[in-house]
Amino acid sequence: MNTANSYRAGPDADGHFGDFGGRFVAETLMPLILDLEAAYGAAKVDAAYAEEMDYWLKHYVGRPSPLYYARRLSAHWGGAKVYFKRDELNHTGAHKINNCIGQILLARRMGKTRIIAETGAGQHGVATATVCALFDLPCTVYMGEVDIERQKPNVFRMKLLGAEVVPVTSGAKTLKDAMNEALRDWVTNVESTYYLIGTVAGPHPYPEMVRDFQSIIGEEVRRQIIEAEGRLPDTLVACVGGGSNAIGLFYPFLDDQEISMIGVEAAGHGIESGRHAASLSAGSPGILHGNRTYLLQDEHGQINEAHSISAGLDYPGIGPEHSWLKDMGRVDYEPVTDDEALEAFQLCSRLEGIIPALEPAHALAHVGKIAPTLAADHLIVMNMCGRGDKDIFTVAEALEIGI
Amino acid sequence: MSWRIERRFAALRNEGRSGLVTFTMMGDPDIETSFEILRGLPAAGADIIEIGSPFTDPMADGPVIQVAGQRALKAGITLDKTIGLVRRFREQDGETPLILMGYYNPIYIYGVERFLRDALDAGLDGLIIVDLPPEEDGELCLPALEAGLAFIRLAAPTTDDARLERVLANSSGFVYYISITGITGAAGASTRSIAAAVERIRRHTELPIAVGFGIKTAEQAAEVARAADAAVVGSAIISAIEKSLNGNGAATPHTVDAALSLVRALSGGVRQTATEAAP
Repeated sequence: MNTANSYRAGPDADGHFGDFGGRFVAETLMPLILDLEAAYGAAKVDAAYAEEMDYWLKHYVGRPSPLYYARRLSAHWGGAKVYFKRDELNHTGAHKINNCIGQILLARRMGKTRIIAETGAGQHGVATATVCALFDLPCTVYMGEVDIERQKPNVFRMKLLGAEVVPVTSGAKTLKDAMNEALRDWVTNVESTYYLIGTVAGPHPYPEMVRDFQSIIGEEVRRQIIEAEGRLPDTLVACVGGGSNAIGLFYPFLDDQEISMIGVEAAGHGIESGRHAASLSAGSPGILHGNRTYLLQDEHGQINEAHSISAGLDYPGIGPEHSWLKDMGRVDYEPVTDDEALEAFQLCSRLEGIIPALEPAHALAHVGKIAPTLAADHLIVMNMCGRGDKDIFTVAEALEIGI
Repeated sequence: MSWRIERRFAALRNEGRSGLVTFTMMGDPDIETSFEILRGLPAAGADIIEIGSPFTDPMADGPVIQVAGQRALKAGITLDKTIGLVRRFREQDGETPLILMGYYNPIYIYGVERFLRDALDAGLDGLIIVDLPPEEDGELCLPALEAGLAFIRLAAPTTDDARLERVLANSSGFVYYISITGITGAAGASTRSIAAAVERIRRHTELPIAVGFGIKTAEQAAEVARAADAAVVGSAIISAIEKSLNGNGAATPHTVDAALSLVRALSGGVRQTATEAAP
């Protein structure tokens, strides 16, 4: 229900979540964005579209993903009862595919014949390349040169899936630059091309649309936790880079006031070091990639480079809805450093037999900080949004282990 | 103030010719060299001058302007210093319109009100802000118009008639038609498609129409000038600057002249239209 005092009513017709969001793009792109908004508006209320999406999510992605009680970690921390939403078990190993299914079906409805995407860790690139293979559409993925180097397994996967991976050498050569390059491609190839954005950022309607596609995470959790515990959880935790897995978990619960929510940002070498990706904890509002949101920037409005051991969190911005939820005080955002994430990565591997991606390892590190302080009947649900196979080389290097 | 733009287009009409609009990046390759180029532009034949204000993430620009922006940021240019260059330019030239082109975030962080006050006071005439479509007019466009700065809008081949009405509603100064869907510095469009587009836009507005994107030579500038009220050249001038730099990307004694001699050639092309158009 969209009511005035709901946290679930946004965005408004112009794509604003309070002061955040909007459509800050070149005029060349405006007609496309308006088309996309109309197409999504029509698809959203079309039962056939929903049915088609359900089919692929069930039979291809493998949804619903399990809600798993992490027994040994909970015992290790000796406090709250910790559940993992196992979105790392999705086809392609992360939550990214949920959004890709929704958008590729939309692109087909719109008659688009070519797909482009940006990627950081490569999870969204792999998911996009996957759905493009599935639906026989040519796919070009923009990826920063730095990320290509640290996410080689995913680069190879994309190529196996038939995608063209274009190295981006401008700027910091990471996710933000990949997004710039994808936008430039889109400005150039407006007629044929659909830009499949991987997170809840970009111009309206992307933040809303990607949120809607990812909300299946939280919707499933609601049913599953009631089945497991007979009640709703007390705390939700997820990592935030652009913020799509977090909003997917949080959104269906935003109006359940008694549930606390924590988004975990990448603090890199530590906030005080200046080398981090914590735009909400240490940034300020500005305009980048089509929307107003919290950004890492200098006093002249130039964008700073983010840093995180996790390529998926290495972005100097954040989805605009998170900026709004922060300012409204509805969600808390906490920083976790590279070292803390690495420790959680190893702990989870050994105690649960689950190798997490470095992204949710950040969320897990924060769970490890709060769980011991909470009562045994306190229910935490953390989104295990990706698996760690792609990160083993990065982790081995960080731990100075030869493989 | 925006009157300089109107006055300049009126003068061009009296001369029976189209104008040359140039774009150079402030701070590229260093602040003083970029000012020397700026200072020389009117005498070299630039009728209207766009000054670029760099942004770390220029999502509508091609490699040439991206790299120029990076050089400029490295040289320490800021919006504040760019306004200072406008002020210095006005000490010698009170007539040539100066238009600042860039992205919104540096202005947003500077503060819209403060920016408009400082820019007007320094002698700036108009703004082209790439990432502010009409949907975001409340941000800067309406305050700028109220303050007396022109807000020049881009129209593209993707801008259909209905959209054109919206784009033109709050624009002033002139209309900047980007002749191709693409980033700056890409290949240009055919003369015929440009002429058709200009004719279409004229049905919606009395504002002069400048056409840019892809103009590299005096011949191309002349062709565009035959169809439109002005031709805009940016990447080609910046490429000329780039080619004149030394191995470290620093200015050489040839840099200023490399830019200005290209502008002289372009201006010669555009001025041909006067003789052709004469009755």
